[in-house]
Amino acid sequence: MEDLIRYAPDLAQGFLENVKLSIVAAIVSLILGTVLVAMRVSPTPVLRAAGTVYVNIVRNTPLTLVLAFSALGLSDQLGLVFSGVPRTNSFWIVAMGLSAYTAAFVCEALRSGINTVPLGQAEAARAIGLTFMQSLRMIILPQAFRAVIAPLGSVMIAMVKNTTVAVAGGFAADAAANMKGAFDQVGASIPIFLGIVVAFMIVTMPIGYFTGWLARRLAVVR
Amino acid sequence: MSTSVLFDAPGPRTRVRNGLLTVISVVAVAAALYGIYRGFDAKGQWAGRIWQPFLQWETWTTYIFPGLLGTLEAAAVAAVLALVFGAVFGLARLSDHKWVRVPAGVVVEVFRAIPLLLLIFFIFYLAPALGGSGDYTFMAVVVGLMLYNGSVLAEVVRAGVHAVPRGQSEAAYAIGMRKNQVMRLVLLPQAVTAMMPAIVSQLVVLLKDTALGYIIAYVDLLNTGFKILPARFFGSLIPAAIVIGIIYVALNMALSYLATWLERRSRRSRKTAAAPIAAPGSAEVSVGAGGGTEDAGLAPDRPVE
Repeated sequence: MEDLIRYAPDLAQGFLENVKLSIVAAIVSLILGTVLVAMRVSPTPVLRAAGTVYVNIVRNTPLTLVLAFSALGLSDQLGLVFSGVPRTNSFWIVAMGLSAYTAAFVCEALRSGINTVPLGQAEAARAIGLTFMQSLRMIILPQAFRAVIAPLGSVMIAMVKNTTVAVAGGFAADAAANMKGAFDQVGASIPIFLGIVVAFMIVTMPIGYFTGWLARRLAVVR
Repeated sequence: MSTSVLFDAPGPRTRVRNGLLTVISVVAVAAALYGIYRGFDAKGQWAGRIWQPFLQWETWTTYIFPGLLGTLEAAAVAAVLALVFGAVFGLARLSDHKWVRVPAGVVVEVFRAIPLLLLIFFIFYLAPALGGSGDYTFMAVVVGLMLYNGSVLAEVVRAGVHAVPRGQSEAAYAIGMRKNQVMRLVLLPQAVTAMMPAIVSQLVVLLKDTALGYIIAYVDLLNTGFKILPARFFGSLIPAAIVIGIIYVALNMALSYLATWLERRSRRSRKTAAAPIAAPGSAEVSVGAGGGTEDAGLAPDRPVE
């Protein structure tokens, strides 16, 4: 227990970085994922193909590889630099890598939401004479959004947990890196481990409960 | 949903507009690809010298295959253990006895909530304290993967058994079967068929997560590509990354394809009354909630569904 108290400031600081990464990645990946899903359902075959290729490649690549490539490849070799300060730079490299990775899953979650709307809804919308835009805006999308709340919550929870992989992207200041540092000094300490796990649960559980509650509340009764 | 109901067949103006959109997007995609190509070119990444090693058989046999073997070994052992773990805890959560059900539920929920990398770190540091010094990288990766993916699979097992229509177990009880017979002869055989696609999707996740071993210096494919190869062939980092990236994507695509095929098969299956259950959209390092039917990524793409 005294281990946890001794290292608490360090760990808390590291955990704060995880929270920051999560917030940035959540915003960017939701935007990027929406763009991707728009590409994947557009009437243009080229855009559809580009979106599909991106999603399939990114989904099937380990996040560790994505982050390591972002840091060692894009940043060191190809000179993609966000900031002159190494620490700030690696923070943004990891945030962007994580966003690019999560966006593929956001895209798939949104797409499966569109798939949950029954065909009859669209047929009925057309039958009463709604135009394409009207049926999309008033019938299809409102139902699709409701269906994606819970899956999106899962994607976001996964993303928060994935921030621990930041070490692979050369960002060695998050909770995982600090925990490793503490272990290097005092050996595997159960209190420290549990402390961090509880911290993560405090962040992820509300996301799960909130999205679950919202999804149930807004569920389309069929 | 298919597009055809959302709008009528495109008229001349729509066709022109779609043609324009296509042209614009071709230009945009081409520009993006060219930008990437130029960026690589400016840094000399297309130089033959750094790609040379990958054309030599020795590079593959000495470095890449052992790395791939490390990844596959960890994935295979972890997969078997995770399946056992999942089956045991999944069935324990379905138990009628509270003293079995509750602890199993706690274990599953806790291990699902822990970020996998932290779990691997913890095991990696704990092992020497318990078993003396040695190389625990393989063990830490495998045990971490087992606990986490096993917990997710436990949920899959539970969902699979619940997916079997209630009439099945009612009928089984009605003809006088015992609880264990109902589970063994009626529910599980049908649940397995329904669970198969979700299990395979989870195995894709497991295979991807073996790459976390790179962080604790387990010699897997990623480690080979990012540490060993560039150290041996100076300047070959990006080619090496691209080559091992392709290997990972090919492996996982093959598994995803298998999952889709299994799902289609179990939809047609006469052996089960249960519909296939969706892959768990639980929190994890990789699976998003791509649980839709044609979502394993290889299904043909269609416009607005």
